[in-house]
Amino acid sequence: MRVSPALRRWSSTLVLGAALALGATGADAKKQDKKAAPIVADPYPSTYKSYPGTPTALVGATVYDGRGGRIDNGIVLFRDGKLQAVGGADMPIPEGYARIDGTGKFVTPGVIDIHSHLGVYPSPGVEALADGNEMTSPTTPDVWAEHSVWPQDPGFTRALANGGVTSLQILPGSGNLIGGRAVTLKNVPSITVQGMKFPGAPYSLKMACGENPKRVYGEKGQKPSTRMGNFSVDRQAWIDARQYMDGDHAERDLGNDTLEGVLKGEILVQNHCYRADEMAQVIDMSKEMGYKVTAFHHAVEAYKIADLLRENDICVAVWADWYGFKMEAYDGIPENAALLANAGTCVVIHSDDENGIQRLNQEAAKAQADGRRIGIDIPDAKVIGWFTYNAAKTMGIGERTGSLEAGKMADVVLWNGNPLSVYSRPEKVWIDGALMFDALDARRRPVSDFELGQPGEGDVK
Amino acid sequence: MSRRATILAALTAAALPALLPGLAAAQDFAITNATVGTGDGSAPIEHGTVVVRAGKVVAAGAGVAVPAGMQSVDGTGKWVTPGLFSAVTDLGLWDVEGVPNSNDTEADKSPFNAALDVTPAINPASEHIAVSREGGVTRASVAPVNGDSIFAGQGALIDLRAGSDAVNLPRAFQFVQLGEAGAKLAGGSRVAAHVALRSALREARELAAAPTAARSSDALLTRADAAALAPVIDGRQPLYVGVERAADIRSVLALKSEFPKLNLVLVGATEGWLVASQIAAAKVPVIAMPLRDLPASFESLAATQSNVGRMKKAGVKVGIGMFAGSNQPRYAPQQAGNLVALNKLPGAAGLTWGEALAAITSVPAEISGMGGKEGVLAPGAVGDVVIWDGDPLELSSAPVEVYIDGIKQPLDNHQSRLKQRYKSLDRTYLPKAYDW
Repeated sequence: MRVSPALRRWSSTLVLGAALALGATGADAKKQDKKAAPIVADPYPSTYKSYPGTPTALVGATVYDGRGGRIDNGIVLFRDGKLQAVGGADMPIPEGYARIDGTGKFVTPGVIDIHSHLGVYPSPGVEALADGNEMTSPTTPDVWAEHSVWPQDPGFTRALANGGVTSLQILPGSGNLIGGRAVTLKNVPSITVQGMKFPGAPYSLKMACGENPKRVYGEKGQKPSTRMGNFSVDRQAWIDARQYMDGDHAERDLGNDTLEGVLKGEILVQNHCYRADEMAQVIDMSKEMGYKVTAFHHAVEAYKIADLLRENDICVAVWADWYGFKMEAYDGIPENAALLANAGTCVVIHSDDENGIQRLNQEAAKAQADGRRIGIDIPDAKVIGWFTYNAAKTMGIGERTGSLEAGKMADVVLWNGNPLSVYSRPEKVWIDGALMFDALDARRRPVSDFELGQPGEGDVK
Repeated sequence: MSRRATILAALTAAALPALLPGLAAAQDFAITNATVGTGDGSAPIEHGTVVVRAGKVVAAGAGVAVPAGMQSVDGTGKWVTPGLFSAVTDLGLWDVEGVPNSNDTEADKSPFNAALDVTPAINPASEHIAVSREGGVTRASVAPVNGDSIFAGQGALIDLRAGSDAVNLPRAFQFVQLGEAGAKLAGGSRVAAHVALRSALREARELAAAPTAARSSDALLTRADAAALAPVIDGRQPLYVGVERAADIRSVLALKSEFPKLNLVLVGATEGWLVASQIAAAKVPVIAMPLRDLPASFESLAATQSNVGRMKKAGVKVGIGMFAGSNQPRYAPQQAGNLVALNKLPGAAGLTWGEALAAITSVPAEISGMGGKEGVLAPGAVGDVVIWDGDPLELSSAPVEVYIDGIKQPLDNHQSRLKQRYKSLDRTYLPKAYDW
């Protein structure tokens, strides 16, 4: 079947949704148990610890720091999992550091994807592993993506080796208006999800507007079947959540726990939304209900309201040039990211795709070039930030990773050429200072359990 | 200047043919001092010249003289290639992929299958065609998608010239889907798909042998479908076979023992590298998606970006294609460039720059039966020429001029109009709707 991945995921989830009877919502489920469980602040805590690394000095490469800075012939020092110093050729290199010659090469922060479904829609794409959309109720703030992530998804290894991805946010799908909690992961192989969880990363809530929710539930003869239905269901959910927040919490409600976290500003909001008019409505809804939209995702029409988004301090996570695959994507243009950046709006390049996550650098480069052709010249060093620091900031981990600054996590990519060129690939990738991929050493290429003993095990991919 | 003022100015300059490209005639022109990629697999030629006359390429390369009096375009700093050939696309078959009314790729409630023919459905005015033209795509093979049969129907060869009727060669190939998707369509297993395929070909052979005789009462194909498969059996019409797994590819190659004249083309072949020598020996060409590297299903466990390079090294004729849905035809140069990038990775198999360009120009044209005529800058080939603002495989590059049959093409479309409208967000005096 030659159908695009996005559409395939969308249609297969439709089938899945239709096959399931309408089950109990989170709210219904909790009524069966009057005795509330105690609230544990972090019930599925991260067990990730950085792997051993060698004190390393990357010497002589072009360094992009992820925050708009560029150092030619630079030096990057890291040890004990942390960046120690980033500077020019005259910076002294202390004893005990292994030198890696970066002449002719480039160094960037580890790549970060703010919108991925790896693990929840893994490869192989069989129904038994399709766990990204709990389409039994239009609002499921009670579900957590981390309970669906399959750590053996080979897609994680491809994102590392071909994309230089060191951190990523796994979101529930967009079949529901309120899809559930996302989870932020370090891109390290692990038997458990907890072993990948980014320590201390805030949670995000996935929301969606537009065609998907109204179609999924409209086809079941259920609310919402229209965009006005979408807003009605959303608004009522927020009203109920506020009532819960103001109550005594004698009865635990998983979904409202999450929405309360959003209302208190502890949980970020990542909102799938395509159309300009609809984003403007969501902004008003967020003000009416007292929460903040952190970022709009996909947002193919964001360029029409770049000023509104900037004024409301909302980031925009976009593809370079996807368009036309659905009605609400008809006005997508390749200049979207550049027009947003030019207006001073925060831009993130995202993938939403197990293949696209391997080439976020290339998508950013295309978007940059499309801007240049209409007279918007965005420096390479700033474009690097579209898939590093801006993503980290929008995921609430910008103080920890996403840029090459002393004291931050040593999440670093050494590219064998300019990362904005089609001819370049990651040569080495470090996560918290540990070498997790090396294109020049086959043993530093992770192979998931699923691929062991299969055709192509350990291949270059 | 507003759009209307621009149009008035253009009219004053008597540039009407440029606004109505259907009326435009082929120009005779030469492009000089450009870096020329001819598309034949060779390395780019610096300071090259391309000469086009009466809609055809006359000469391309270094040391080519510009005929006296011929209009000349300075190609300094520019790159020139043949127009891209997009193999196995859905171009012209949808406006919005997810809006069923606008999507003619598949017909799952039709009583017909092999007889389905995309020709009357192709819409030359589709935005998807205009956007692809702006991206340097000038020719394509358009394939239907399977409805409820392993036979999707017959595809066509098209050009993307503005004002053209699009279809150059109707019923250029038949498409059959095997593997997992074919199994599902055939009733639930690969076993059923192979019986369905062989049985259909036998029915077609019987009908072709006795066109007026009564057909046996247990015939499964409609008469139209059986008749449509007759040119497949005798090899006049290529049979494109969608297949991924190494074992499935071997089963396809084995079809030739019963139907020796089949003119096979493999589409997909994600595990092709595992059976590359057999594909090469059978002289069956391949159209592949080059960047598949995930075990997306149990028939593509061995997926790797080195698939194309390894098949090429084994002697398989392999082109890049399958541009459908969100995999837009204008992505072809990026995909080709990624295969060049593989050459720097130990253990990987990539393509040279020349081979990579050929994989999106001359090779798919050859597989489509247009070898030497399309997808190449060679004497006698169609005057499809793209001038790029840099290395065409590089992410920062884009076409600046596109010629089809020697006619300069308009590069405007819905997207470019939106970008013009929203470049400034000023709405002080009138709404944006007045800015056009």
